[in-house]
Amino acid sequence: MTQSNSQGGNEQRALQTGSVADARALDAAPAAPSANATKDGARLDVQLRINGMTHRLALDPRTTLLDALREHLHLTGSKRGCALGQCGACTVLMDGKRMKSCLWLAALAEGHEITTIEGLADGERLHPLQEAFIEHDAFQCGYCTAGQIMAGVACIAEGHAGSPQEIRDWMSGNLCRCGAYNHIVAAIHQTAAGAAAGANKPKQS
Amino acid sequence: MHPFTLERPRDLNAAIAWRAQAGRTDAPVEYIAGGTDMLQLLQEDVRRPERLVSLAGLLDARIATGPDGLRIGAAATMAQVAAHPDVTGQYALIAEALLASASPQVRNQATMGGNLMQRTRCPYFRDVGYAACNKRAPGSGCAAMGAENRWHAVLGTSDSCIAANASDLAVALAALDASVEIHGAAAPRSVRLAEFYRLPAASPHLETVLQPGELIGAITVPAHPATRRSHYLKVRDRASFEFAVVSAAVALDMDGERIREARVALGGVGTMPWRVPMVEAALAGVGKDPSRLRAAAALAARDAHGQGHNDFKIELMQRAIVRAVEIAAARP
Repeated sequence: MTQSNSQGGNEQRALQTGSVADARALDAAPAAPSANATKDGARLDVQLRINGMTHRLALDPRTTLLDALREHLHLTGSKRGCALGQCGACTVLMDGKRMKSCLWLAALAEGHEITTIEGLADGERLHPLQEAFIEHDAFQCGYCTAGQIMAGVACIAEGHAGSPQEIRDWMSGNLCRCGAYNHIVAAIHQTAAGAAAGANKPKQS
Repeated sequence: MHPFTLERPRDLNAAIAWRAQAGRTDAPVEYIAGGTDMLQLLQEDVRRPERLVSLAGLLDARIATGPDGLRIGAAATMAQVAAHPDVTGQYALIAEALLASASPQVRNQATMGGNLMQRTRCPYFRDVGYAACNKRAPGSGCAAMGAENRWHAVLGTSDSCIAANASDLAVALAALDASVEIHGAAAPRSVRLAEFYRLPAASPHLETVLQPGELIGAITVPAHPATRRSHYLKVRDRASFEFAVVSAAVALDMDGERIREARVALGGVGTMPWRVPMVEAALAGVGKDPSRLRAAAALAARDAHGQGHNDFKIELMQRAIVRAVEIAAARP
């Protein structure tokens, strides 16, 4: 698993068990606004929970959650497509709900549990939707795939994957410029049906 | 992105104090809540605040119904409201408008208050490559007039601005006579949504009646017999994840097959969510007769002015009203 780029392993472990109050003290809000100012250009101390691990980063306030993942934590599975919330390639889960990480400031992700494509598999065992994407060849260039899978996992969990038409409607926040939509829909539909049947899909070989 | 500092105050009064110091709209200090519109504006340099004040954890997010109506905390997300059983049951118009908005991801992130504060999708406002935009740079002119203006408004425009309000939610709320609870340094006040937005006139950069520091704390929708039988019809260039070309929000109180009282608001065509009282008055007493429905809907066009590419909206919005009324009237 990726370490924070600014912390050694021992510090990392210490932070994971450390008090959240310590980190919070940095942005305690006094009564007078001026006393709470962050200095121009000052980096923010940000503690992020990603795929079950805690990372402590010093970030420019402008850093989006996506850029924190990619540029600071080197979790490059989430992709930067439009950076305007249109393409969905940056989709991750926040507290289990799908969201566009390009439209969220990293500092405001504190206190939330983030799941990225890197956190989806159970060790070497792929998530059933990852298996289904392989089985159905649900990609061409692959740039949108991580976002499609994260959105698809949420789409199934929400109960919005009952039919191909419902899947198309509820997956509309993820674009595929190669046009692999038919296979993406098929992969999600099959996985949803498997989940609904309570069946754990056997691992593909 | 222009550099900014980020404040994460622990109480709302501190947040309000930050913002109030800075003056009116487009001030160097801005609030950020769900951030879905703000991040786009920051990424494209449309907004260049020196300081962002986070409202995370500071605003009410509860959704509750009672005999007086529905109250939605401003921090509730679009997805939470759209899925709430009290909303889908008694105020389906709101759920329909929300589910027709944005993408599932954005609906998980965007707040109800932020939705009402979103800026226009006018491509000239959103592209700083165009120097002329009275909304972005007061007094600089309007690049949309005489240019590509298919997306723009036909109602409520001025010589300064023809940008359309982009919120579907605001159209549904306008039809339901909703109000917003405004919080600020002074005591909270309630403003009807119809009076919350400002016409562009000569000051299109001033979009609402909010004073420096003020923000939306909650949305209230009064109980009314018309809230249950309603429909939000959104006409757009693709079936999902797209802004409205034209939309019609209709809520009907029926007396058998006749309309006792109608509430109608239009989206995609106005510089603000557009109630059409003349249409509503003409719909009272009307049954299923299509010619009478069309005659009533035609009154919406009385004050409409096309800009060239968007002339078609004037006919389309009338048809959208008729269709939405027919669908709402057929509901059980």
